[in-house]
Amino acid sequence: MPTFLREVHMKRHNLLDILFRNITRLSAFAVLLLLVAIIVSLVIGSIPSIKSFGFKFLTSAEWNPVMEEFGALIPIIGTLATSAIALLIAIPVSFGIALFLTELSPRWLRRPLGIAIELLAGIPSIIYGMWGLFVFAPLFADHVQPWLIEELGPLPIFGPLFQGIPMGIGMLTAGIILAIMVIPFIASVMRDVFEVVPTLLKESAYGLGATTWEVMWHVVLPYTKIGVAGGIMLGLGRALGETMAVTFVIGNAHELSASLLMPGNSISSALANEFNEAVGELYTSALIELGLILFLITFIVLSLARYMLYMLTKREGSTT
Amino acid sequence: MLTLYARRRLINAMGLGISALAMLFGLFWLGWILWTLLANGLPHLTTAVFTQMTPPPNSTGGLLNAIAGSLMMTFLAALIGTPIGILAGTYLAEFGQRGWLAPTTRFINDVLLSAPSIVIGLFIYEMYVLKIGHFSGWAGALALSILVIPIVIRTTENMLRLVPNTLREAAAALGAPQWKVINMVTLRAARAGIITGVLLAVARISGETAPLLFTSLNNQFWSNDLNRPMANLPVVIFQFAMSPYEDWQNLAWAGALLITISVLTLNVLARVLFRQKSTTY
Repeated sequence: MPTFLREVHMKRHNLLDILFRNITRLSAFAVLLLLVAIIVSLVIGSIPSIKSFGFKFLTSAEWNPVMEEFGALIPIIGTLATSAIALLIAIPVSFGIALFLTELSPRWLRRPLGIAIELLAGIPSIIYGMWGLFVFAPLFADHVQPWLIEELGPLPIFGPLFQGIPMGIGMLTAGIILAIMVIPFIASVMRDVFEVVPTLLKESAYGLGATTWEVMWHVVLPYTKIGVAGGIMLGLGRALGETMAVTFVIGNAHELSASLLMPGNSISSALANEFNEAVGELYTSALIELGLILFLITFIVLSLARYMLYMLTKREGSTT
Repeated sequence: MLTLYARRRLINAMGLGISALAMLFGLFWLGWILWTLLANGLPHLTTAVFTQMTPPPNSTGGLLNAIAGSLMMTFLAALIGTPIGILAGTYLAEFGQRGWLAPTTRFINDVLLSAPSIVIGLFIYEMYVLKIGHFSGWAGALALSILVIPIVIRTTENMLRLVPNTLREAAAALGAPQWKVINMVTLRAARAGIITGVLLAVARISGETAPLLFTSLNNQFWSNDLNRPMANLPVVIFQFAMSPYEDWQNLAWAGALLITISVLTLNVLARVLFRQKSTTY
């Protein structure tokens, strides 16, 4: 090839290299832009509501579309309470599942069991909602809630949480269904972080005569605690933003009630139920502000989760 | 009084027993939900479901328009989201060693991966539906594509990182420019993994309801005009399941079974295609 041709050739490739690199860079940049656009559009959408209610929006339990009085307290409490119930159930169960998958299960069973748990994560949330409303809630109302009301209702401190009538739907039901939904997420993170524990460490403990449980509790868990916390936060992030499953079973009542058996509302289900029927700028705007609050809460929780998981991998990188 | 040894053994046995119970607990719900779906959905999964339109209350019909709408929007969402996801993932894996952009994008992407989908629906409503003044199939596809992007980015980056560096070096040593190395060697080597990511993304969005509520909404009739409200399975299921009409509820169960079968099949297919531990988070 003559020299000048080779130069043209090289130039063309240099140009294509720069072009390709910048196209990929632009796509990566688009992700950041997307986040900014989401936040900005939600803020713009909620300006009318922020203007008329200010900080009172966060503390007011009023939700009156006719009088155009809106406060986010009830949905916020509902979102937090259902997620808290979900975590309370999901954390120990996920820990058990992860322990079973990493230490107990025979090798040939690990893969199918792991897939089964991941399939649980794959079932669409609307299916959980239908199942919850038509199958779980009636059974819950007939067999479990009367017992809760009878046995736990009269207790001094926790009592008020379990008073009322057995309706099936309500915050507790929503929390339980959320728990089932987030178990696979927390369990699979826990399993993954348990697997990064150096075998040497575990074998040393076994060599000293520790039982499996003790190795788990005193060696594996302390070693992976940041990752485990990250997994839990990840599950929390999922639970906070979950919409359809909660919408089916929470009852969608804008009422503040101490009892977990009574219907309530969550941010996401208020949005799902009311947004399309909202009339007037202020009503729509109040709902968008709810969405903004939800996005900010989940953003903080998920950022913490990711930060914790990065910490674990970073430490992993420095010790080995 | 137990000896220390016996007590430790007992605690161990209890702990492990509870762990096995937790595993059963998880499987129990999976089994129960699938059983419910089969029992309620299978009897109503007739040929009419695939050949007739969604009916008015108290009459028989099918889900044809909803199935078609779902397929169309899911396909479009994958079509929009996949290229952006693959390109951005390529940047993170191949060019992201220096600078602030790659670590920031990686972090934000991981957060977007589990961001509440209903907020994505609100976002598209604000940005698109309000501007054009009505719900539309395009809006639904856009909302879904925003859910596709983070999943594809994550898997693309992970899969490209698995490609051994010697492969890149070998290609570079032959004189190939970087764009050729990436397009013809690394991306090709990671192809199976990337397809897995796209399949998982499609599985994820085909069951999503929340982002469609404010974007494509629903349409009782056959429509392949993407500029009009479009029927789709999840929203039809939601509407029919919450209704008091038995015909509608039965159709909702049939649709629910249909959606779950396709989502789980896609999940299994993705795993068979790429037999490596994949991440659900």
